[in-house]
Amino acid sequence: MKELILIKNGEIALKGLNRSHFEEILVRNIKWRLRDLGKTTVKRAQSTIYIEPEDCDFYDFDEAIDRLQKIFGIVMISRALVLEKSMDAILEHIADYCADELQGAKTFKVVAKRSDKRFPLTSPEIAAEAGGAILRRFPRLKVDVRNPDVTIMVEIRDFGAYIHGGQLPGAGGMPVSSSGQALLLISGGIDSPVAAYMMAKRGLQLNAIHFVSPPYTSDRALEKVETLCEKLAPYTGRIKFYCVPFTEIQEALREHCPEELFTILMRRLMMKIATRIAENDEIEALVTGESLAQVASQTLQALHCTDTATDLVVLRPLIGMDKSEIIHISKEIGTFETSILPYEDCCTVFTPRHPRTKPKLKYVVKAEQDYDFGPLLDKAVAETTWKMIP
Amino acid sequence: MEIYLDNCATTKVCEQAAQICMEAMVNEYGNPSSLHRKGLNAEHLMTAARKNIAAILGCDPECIIFTGGATDSNNIAILGGISARKRAGKTIVTSSVEHPSVADTVSSLEEQGYKVKRIVPRENGTFAAEDFIDAVDDDTVLLTFMMVNNEMGTILPYDKIIPAIRRKYPNLLIHMDGVQGFTKLPFNVKRLDIDLFSFSGHKLYAPKGIGGLYIKKGIRVNPVEYGGGQERGIRSGTQSVPLIAAMGEAMALCKRDGAAILKNYRERNAQLRALLAEMPQVIINSPEKGCPHVLNISVPGIPSEIMLHALEEKEIYVSSGSACAKGALSSTLEAYGLPAERVRSALRISFSKDTTAEEIDIFAAALRETIDRLSKVIGK
Repeated sequence: MKELILIKNGEIALKGLNRSHFEEILVRNIKWRLRDLGKTTVKRAQSTIYIEPEDCDFYDFDEAIDRLQKIFGIVMISRALVLEKSMDAILEHIADYCADELQGAKTFKVVAKRSDKRFPLTSPEIAAEAGGAILRRFPRLKVDVRNPDVTIMVEIRDFGAYIHGGQLPGAGGMPVSSSGQALLLISGGIDSPVAAYMMAKRGLQLNAIHFVSPPYTSDRALEKVETLCEKLAPYTGRIKFYCVPFTEIQEALREHCPEELFTILMRRLMMKIATRIAENDEIEALVTGESLAQVASQTLQALHCTDTATDLVVLRPLIGMDKSEIIHISKEIGTFETSILPYEDCCTVFTPRHPRTKPKLKYVVKAEQDYDFGPLLDKAVAETTWKMIP
Repeated sequence: MEIYLDNCATTKVCEQAAQICMEAMVNEYGNPSSLHRKGLNAEHLMTAARKNIAAILGCDPECIIFTGGATDSNNIAILGGISARKRAGKTIVTSSVEHPSVADTVSSLEEQGYKVKRIVPRENGTFAAEDFIDAVDDDTVLLTFMMVNNEMGTILPYDKIIPAIRRKYPNLLIHMDGVQGFTKLPFNVKRLDIDLFSFSGHKLYAPKGIGGLYIKKGIRVNPVEYGGGQERGIRSGTQSVPLIAAMGEAMALCKRDGAAILKNYRERNAQLRALLAEMPQVIINSPEKGCPHVLNISVPGIPSEIMLHALEEKEIYVSSGSACAKGALSSTLEAYGLPAERVRSALRISFSKDTTAEEIDIFAAALRETIDRLSKVIGK
């Protein structure tokens, strides 16, 4: 028996002349995420993507569908039986193939779609005959066309006839990289992975930048952030991960800047480094996990101070969200447990006792100019390392 | 040059142990319970190991059962010992500075209705034998405490506690967690008349995942897990012959070179104490008469973790407390009554048989340099 996976893409279908381009990106993403599950042919026709495993008996369909449900740009996924385009074949297999779904149900309906108009029966005729075959096998079932427990699909398409017992929801959104590239500032907390997830959903391909300050931060803290990127990868695809040595800058800040402005100045310097890395690699935007008023460095005034440190668009998808909403998503995407591991990140060690909550930009800029951070910034950028995750 | 001074957390496996471990994995890989010769050869390796260990403990080889490590041994000793003496009493006496494998096991019994008396250190940080002796009464079913504290190196006065209690309560079940003291202090299970004694392989130059429990003849201990009846039915599961053989070799080494190893611990300890005396920022937490392989210090103002990572940049490895409690403040040091700032900045330095005088000199210099560097930034 030959099976395949049918994928329906969502918003892409509305994108007019660019549609083909978006679909190509989606197909490329699908191929990459399923790359280690075995050989498949991926083709597209009539707004549907067909994933055909070479060896159906050994293909892990469950894992494949699990992965597909995390790929942005997909709205519906079905695992279907492939048959020749003959009514006899359909009637022979339909009850068996859909037995699992039908067994627990009380009512059902069959929906037929005939895009190959050469097929001799019309859609209502196909549905009626297929429904009859199911009733002969499961006599206690009742047909309910309005609100059935189970909907069985029969599709007569160009390449063949397909039977499936329903559709699973996809992740929605736009295919990753169809909207361009951004650089995520990731600390290891709860928020930044959620921000990454949300921007990937809108089609951004993500790179991540992390600042390390040994000995004030440990190898374990760095590994934790890398683990977060690994956990994001099923949604975002591959992440280019930059690691910036930040110790000397933090020590200089500590020595030369007023304590109450420490955090805001540190964030500005992080933005400056991120901007330079982004511009070197033709990345068009920055993404942060900031949420208005969550902490002292996320007040309106503080955000203004950090915003002016960069010319790039700064995307803050969590800006209007409560912590509880952010935690909810982080649990859903599986980053929460890693985020709450108790390792020091670069921000906590130097946190001032009384940070300025409403910093005025001109004072901040003046404090920044009191010391020439230029050479240290150059050095940090030059010594930044990167790797691909996974 | 790598300088490893975290030997209370674990030690480097000695050459002899690694070799026999390999031999047992690739050549003598039989199941020691199998009837054929391959099984018998594996059993021989186990028997030899049991003899080596019995020789240091001063007991018959049959009194030793192999376990998955000291946590395993402590659980079997406490839970299995109590379960075999259901009507013997409802009180357990222990100390307030036990390793979690004893402390949490005892707490689980407390939740089931046992009364637990936890002896605390006196103000000078040492334990008084009388406090234990007075705590034991007719209702006491188990006395369980550690030989040497894993964070401070404090020696609990077991040589005074046990004989005194034994005279009054000849049938009381007495268990000692010997992980940190075993082979490092004069000790003989028979002379001391102890019932149960836990030890671990990886603190003594054997691999991780192996330990043992001494059970005095005639003492009943119920299993806490059930299976094929290995290790006299007390610790079922196919024995890990490679790890057992390795532990046997490591213990043989500890016995053979015992005096020289102990001398090295003492000399390194004295050397480091002298060097630290010249650093005004450093406070020594360990007692003067502690177990010599460990020295606990504090550098107030510099959090342990940062100091540890700064030393790690120079390939020097120390501990911020007990390695089992990653990231958490040490409740043991708090139990010793150390002020919060000293707990936050505590470092544990622990020596191995191979630690050299040169390594201690380099460590002391690195510590001094790191204190100077970090005090400028975070001491502010």
